[in-house]
Order: sequence, then structure tokens, then C-alpha cells
Amino acid sequence: MSPRPGLVLEVDRSTPPTLFWHGERFVLERLPEGSRVVYAPEPLAALEDPVAAVRHALLHPVGDSEPLPALLRPGMRLTICFDDVSLPLPPMAAPDVRQLVIEQVLDLAAAAGVDDVVLVAALALHRRMTEAELRHALGDRVYDAFAPHGLLTQHDAEDPDNLVHLGTTDHGEDVEINKRAATSDLLVYVNINLVAMDGGHKSVATGLASYRSLRHHHNPQTMRHSRSFMDAPSSELHSANWRMGRFIADSGVKVFQIETTLNNDAFPERFAFLQKREWEWSLRDRASYLAVAGALERTPARLARQVLHSVRAPYGLTSVQAGEVEAVHAVTTANVWRQQGVEVDGQTDVLTMGLPYICPYNVSSIMNPILVACLGLGYFFNMYRGRPLVREGGVLILHHPTRWEFHPGHHPSYIDFFEEVLAQTTDPVEMSKTYEEAFATDPWYVHLYRTGHAYHGVHPFYMWYWCAHALAHLGRVIVVGGDPAAVRRLGFSPASSLDDALELARDVVGPSPTLTHVHTPPILMADVR
Amino acid sequence: MRSLVVERNAARFAAARLASAFGSGRGVESGLGPLRLLETEAPALPDPSWCRVSTLLSGICGSDLATLDGRSSRYFEHVVSFPFVPGHEVVGSIEDPGASGLQAGDRVVLEPVLGCVARGIDPPCPACAEGRLGDCEQVAFGHVRPGLQTGYCADTGGGWSASGLVAHPSQLHRVPDELDDATAVMVEPTACAVHAAFDAGVTEGATVAVLGAGTLGLAFTAALSRLAATGRLPTPGTVLVGARYPHQRRLAVELGATDAVPPDQLPRAVRRRSRSLALGRPSTGAQQLTGGAEVVVDCVGSAASIAQCLEMVRPRGRIVLVGMPGSVHVDLAPLWHREVTLAGTYAYGTERLADGSGARTFDLAFDVVAAQRLGRLVSATYPLERFEEAVAHAAGAGRRGAVKIAFDLRRPRHRPARPGAGPHAGREPA
Repeated sequence: MSPRPGLVLEVDRSTPPTLFWHGERFVLERLPEGSRVVYAPEPLAALEDPVAAVRHALLHPVGDSEPLPALLRPGMRLTICFDDVSLPLPPMAAPDVRQLVIEQVLDLAAAAGVDDVVLVAALALHRRMTEAELRHALGDRVYDAFAPHGLLTQHDAEDPDNLVHLGTTDHGEDVEINKRAATSDLLVYVNINLVAMDGGHKSVATGLASYRSLRHHHNPQTMRHSRSFMDAPSSELHSANWRMGRFIADSGVKVFQIETTLNNDAFPERFAFLQKREWEWSLRDRASYLAVAGALERTPARLARQVLHSVRAPYGLTSVQAGEVEAVHAVTTANVWRQQGVEVDGQTDVLTMGLPYICPYNVSSIMNPILVACLGLGYFFNMYRGRPLVREGGVLILHHPTRWEFHPGHHPSYIDFFEEVLAQTTDPVEMSKTYEEAFATDPWYVHLYRTGHAYHGVHPFYMWYWCAHALAHLGRVIVVGGDPAAVRRLGFSPASSLDDALELARDVVGPSPTLTHVHTPPILMADVR
Repeated sequence: MRSLVVERNAARFAAARLASAFGSGRGVESGLGPLRLLETEAPALPDPSWCRVSTLLSGICGSDLATLDGRSSRYFEHVVSFPFVPGHEVVGSIEDPGASGLQAGDRVVLEPVLGCVARGIDPPCPACAEGRLGDCEQVAFGHVRPGLQTGYCADTGGGWSASGLVAHPSQLHRVPDELDDATAVMVEPTACAVHAAFDAGVTEGATVAVLGAGTLGLAFTAALSRLAATGRLPTPGTVLVGARYPHQRRLAVELGATDAVPPDQLPRAVRRRSRSLALGRPSTGAQQLTGGAEVVVDCVGSAASIAQCLEMVRPRGRIVLVGMPGSVHVDLAPLWHREVTLAGTYAYGTERLADGSGARTFDLAFDVVAAQRLGRLVSATYPLERFEEAVAHAAGAGRRGAVKIAFDLRRPRHRPARPGAGPHAGREPA
């Protein structure tokens, strides 16, 4: 039986309570009658033989590109770049897609007599990956073959000796990227395209760029005009990346793009109820829910976080395509939509969502309040095509504990951003003018980014800019169950229950609002008509 | 007439120290401590030139609380005399002007240090001769008994008394008519802050960190801001205040701080502003800045606060102790290694202005309290009879949303009639 497409359910008297993520926990909420619940499509069938699929893609590229073996020759410089720890979420069960792809690229390179091969984790301004994370992404064989010889590197956006300024686009945007990648005869980029935003020219133009280059599109103006950045044709973020990507290509950098898509199978068997619609829960699902929810409820948050961060997703590979960047990405985007797209008629006054324990920037870490805002207003709000799910001036209700808690090693500048910047302003434009430069160039943050496992000093600004479109669009943001002080610092309203939140929402959108709940994860994209 | 009196009673001081382990002021609250409300006579005039002053308002200072908690350093044993009436932050009214040239009924602020002139010592010690009253070498000598200040001397009385006190004319400053009592009672602590601001050695554009935002921390912030604005001191680039309570942070910014943050966030804020690196693991929170603030002002005076100052001060920087410390255990290795100056600052006298001229600290303090409207820091006043409540309020001022607590000894007709026009007996701030 083929997987069922996404669904918009209208809540009636017989509808069972709806599951909301709440950080490291779940809650069941009874939504008002007439509310809509948007469910993601069921997981697409995984490719039966991923290894063969990868091999086929490398030998049969799309767009104006020769097969990979034809691009390889003895004596060449080959650089293989790959997406970092922020993808996919949750991390996938071994073997990771990156391993499957890179092993085959290396096999082809070896067969062609290519000796000068370097691997680069495309971090942009993210934290460096740990050895365990690199081993998980690449597999022990690749890791042990490259890392001991210094041939497995992580992009350092603050290393002036390993950056090259290729020039400026016709929009005056600096294009400065990883020198090894830019000066190689061939740059192979291996993507995991979990959402439609990922991939395309953004891979190289963002993943291998410096702050000098990134600031041209990671800013409030660009984000406000990316509606949404999950829909490339309507995204200024993507327009800028495409300009840069084409500039990089015109500068002589040869890119062989490999993109992969995964199905929606985000949680292992013991969490099967998360993937199902509540009225279809079997007795076993209900028992699982009670057991898991009860155990998490009784477990201290810190321990619950550890348990959940150890979850590995049984994702299945649904497509792999390789070749010329734009042609590859067009196929990829269609495949992402095939898995995640749900048609929704009309906008809503109030949009609700439960936020989980993880987002792209807190793998094995703490989801601090800024990341809560980013996941809700940056990512989930923007998971639309056409129009946002919630109308302009509407209310977004997030369900999350939103603790005033930070990982000091991973997010040092976030702490200062939260304590210093957000205490003064929540306006992305104002903070970019007043504070961004100082944070971006702070020598301590630079040091921690380069030598520790810290996100770059400017990263919390980017997280907030990610919210810029939603902040301008929404009438109010309410957080259910969050630490009131932390929630207020974000400029949002705290509520102790969903009922209280709806009462607050009525002050903004009127006494009888329409309500839509996005049932994620697994991830879905709303095609709002 | 009744006065609050501190007697030399080792058992009561010990009991107060024990009680204060459960919170400052508990010794007074429990009645076990050294402070008692007694019938007293007005103090005798040491000589005919002295004046007799009746208290209008008299503040409760952090050093008073340390004394009442039995936690003052034993260092002070030889520069106080018992029994004494506390209260050195005083705005009063002249009862008997003596040879002062003042008129009966004039309002005055007391400059409480009992230096050589007040003690009838002639010639004065070198410090007094130079106008550095706080550094007087003779506070245990002369024709009044030992006492570094009025409020710690058995012969002078103190502000917490309905019997009044006696003061040498050199100790009195006439209060301008336009200055209300609440603002005037802030002159003495503000003079301490003014003196500290001059002692801090602030340079143009410097980063200054102020730890603590009780009366002294806020008064220091206000003084630094005003003195810079009037060209009497260089203008610092950044003034960061570590303040535990929200109302303190709000006031600190209103009084001129660039930013005010909770005390545990102050090192991070200093690091950011000074663009320092940090040594130590970020995950433990225990870090030593490689750079830091040029000047760190400790308005707390505890071992923890001094240690925190050492974390935040840059090499060859200056830590100024404004809050009164006692016996503390502090690792001074960073002080040695980074060639940091740890300077005490006490009281007032004469300050050297940027143009080389001198000015009395109290004259500068009068300008600061008026310009910065520091009467707003007086949060509540109490009659003497409710001294237990007053001390408890002062001891818990921060968490109770207050700053300065004072005794109000004015007759009812002299009190401001309108709410908001001044402090009110036993009332919490609105």
C-alpha cells in the first residue's frame, strides 16, 4: 500500500486529544472543535538499494555535467565537502547517508588514481564537530583513512590563511570561501536535504563561506524578504546564494553537487506513536505513549535530554541525484515536497505547534530560548509555500518549557546575546546595527569557535534574524509552559496552559478565532492556498 | 528622651553574630543583639564652640548593620567608644548654634568624621592639615573619646536619638532651602561615593565595573556620572553595574550606568565590553579575563566580591573597595601576577579636581544629590520605637525593593504632608 499523503483534520467532538511536543516531553491537548490539525504525509518508501542508487547518480548526473569518473584524473586536487552535524534531525542511524555517498566517491577517486583528496566539513559558522560525530557521519573507515593525516578538516570561517576572496557579485556581495575548496580542480559537495531550504548554491555559498560573505544574506532585510526561505523562488536568501553560487562557478570553481532526500521516518519503533494520527493509535501505541511519556515525565530534564539526544532516526533514502548544482537541486526540491508537502486551504488566526527537544543548532546540546524562538518562528513558521499558515497579525502559540538555560561551551555568545542584546531590543534591524559587528568580531568568541566547539559569535543574531519575517508578520507569540522570565525576554507572552494561551490570543485576533495545529515533527511543508 | 544605644557587651555581640547567620538584622529582631532603646540624656557639649543638633532623618548604613550583626572587624575596637548612639548619616536642625555662626532652626547635614579640628587637636595631623579628613591619625585622641565618626563615639551622641547630638561647627553643612530632608540625608553616603569616584582613578573612555547596587553602588554610579558631566572627572567609556535586584538595575541605568546586569553576569559583560579573552573552562563559569575593566569598584566588601573583582580587572588595573570589608579569605595570586592595585576608600575630605583646584567632598556631594535627585533612594522611614522593623527593612532592602531606610525623628508637623513629597514613617515605597 502506498503511503498516505498529508492530511488536514477538522477537530470534532469525537477527535481524541492531539499530541504536542513539549521539549523533552509530550502532552496531549484537546483542541477546540472546528480547529484544524495538519499531519505530514506518511513516510515514503525508502530506496531498496541505497548503494546502487548512489552509484547510479554518480554515473548518471543531471544537468550539464559529466559523470563523476570523467571528472577525476591523476594529479588533480579533489575536495569533498559535506553537511555538518546540523543535518539530519534527529541524527540518522548508521550508516549515515554521507558515509554511503563519500565512500563511493572515494572509491571512484581511487580508481581514477586521484591522490590529493581532502574532506571538509562545511560548518559555515556552526560549531566544529566532535570526533564521534565525524565518525558517525563518515564511518570509521573514512575517518581513519583521512583524519590521522590531517586530510579531514572542518571549515574555519576565521582562518585568513584558508579563505579566498573570489570577488563581489553584481549586487556588491563579497564572495569569500574556503581556499582549499575554491582552489581544487573539483569540489564535490555531499548534501542531506532534510528541508527544501537546504542545498543548491546555498551549500557552497553558505557552508564554506566567511562572515564577510555570509553577512550579505544573513541579515534582517534578507530574511524579511524571504517568504519563505523554504520556497527558493520566493526567498531572497536563496536569490543571494544563487548569485554567489553562479559567481563561484564563473570564477572557475568546478562543483559536482550530490543531494540526497530522506523519508519522514524520523523516530524508531518505540516512538512509533509520534508518526501516527492519534485516532489511529493502536493499543500498543497507547501503551508506548503512556510508558514513554510517563518515563520522560519522571526523568529529570537533563537526563531526559540525554536520552532523547541518543535517539537515532531510521530514515530511509528516498532519492539521490548528482551533477550540476541547479539541475540537481530542482529534482531534490521536488522530492522534498513529495515527502513533506500538504495542501492547506486558507490561513488561520491562531497557529499552534509543539516544539521538540532538538533543532539544527543543539545536537547533543541544550535548546536555549533563542533556539526555541528560531525553531518556532524561524523554521516551523516558514514551512510554507504561498502564504504563511497564520494570517498577518495572527497569533503563534508554541508549546515548550523554554528554560533560561544555555550550553556554555556550544553557545557562549548566545548567553551574552540573551543577557545583553535581548534585554535592550528584540528588533532585528536595531540589534544588527548596534551589536552585530561587536559580537561577530569578538576575539573570545572567535577563539572558542576556532578551537572549541562553540558556534560563532554572530550566530545568535542569525537565529534571531531567522525569526524576522515571523516577528514582522505576527500579532503575538505565546509560549505555553515556558519559563516566564525567559519567554518575556524573547518579547513573547507566557501562558501556563493552552486554554490560557487561547484566552490571550483572543485579545489579539478576536473572540472566535480559527485555529490550526501543525503536527510536527515529522516535518511537513504547508502549501497554503 | 529615647535613643538607640549600642553598649559594649561581648555576649550580646556574640549573640548578634550567631543570629545574623540566619540573616542580617536578626540580632536586633530577636532582641539578643547589642542595640537597645533606652532613656538617655542629651550629650554634653565638649566645649562651648560645639552645637547641639536634633535629628530630622538619620539613615541606616551598611556599616551600622555590620555592627549590629556583630560582624564588624575587630580593627575598629580601638577607634570607637561605648556606649554609643549609632547614626552618622544625619540631616538635623540646629537647636543651639554655639559658635558656629548658624541659626537655631537651620537645617544641617552632619559630616561625621571626628578629625583633629573637632577634637581640639592643634596642630592637626598632616592628613587633616591637607583636608584629608578621612585619613585623620588622631581619631582616638583629643577632648572627645575615641570614635572615628559621630555615631561611634560615646561623647557626641548619634543620629538615632531623640536626645539630639553634639557637633563641632566644622562638621556641619547648611542645607539649602530647596533641598528636602530625604535628599539631604543622602549627602553623607554620597560624599563617600564622591570620594571613591575621585580615588578610582578613572581615565577618559575607561571601562568601569561597579559590583553591588545598594546605596553605595548607586550613589557611586550617580556621582561618577555627575562628576564627569560637570568636567570634574574624566568621562568613562562604559560603566557596568552588577545589581542583584531589578529595581537596582533600573536605578543604576537611570543614574548613569551604561548597563546594569545581575552580579553573576557582570564578568561576562565586562569581558564583552573589554573584548577580552578568558582563561578557564566556560562550562564551569570560573574564568579569569585576560583583559578586563580598568577600574572595578567593590561596593559589597565580601570575600566573594573581592574575588569577583579580581576576575574582572585588567592587568595593572585598580580595584577600589568602597563597601566595608571585614576579615576575608581571598586568593591574591592574580593581584600579584597582574600587578593589580587594591585600594581602600573611606569617607571624604578634600578632592583634587581635574583643573588642579580643590573642593570639599561634601560640597560636591550636595551638587550630586540635587542633580541626581537622590532623595528617591530613601525608600521608607521609621520612628525610633519601631527600630526592629527598620533594621529588618534595611537588612532586606534589596529583596524588598528598597534602597535606603532611615529613622524619622521629625515632629509630625514637620513631615511632608503629601504622599510622595518625602519619606513616611514605616511606609513601604509605593
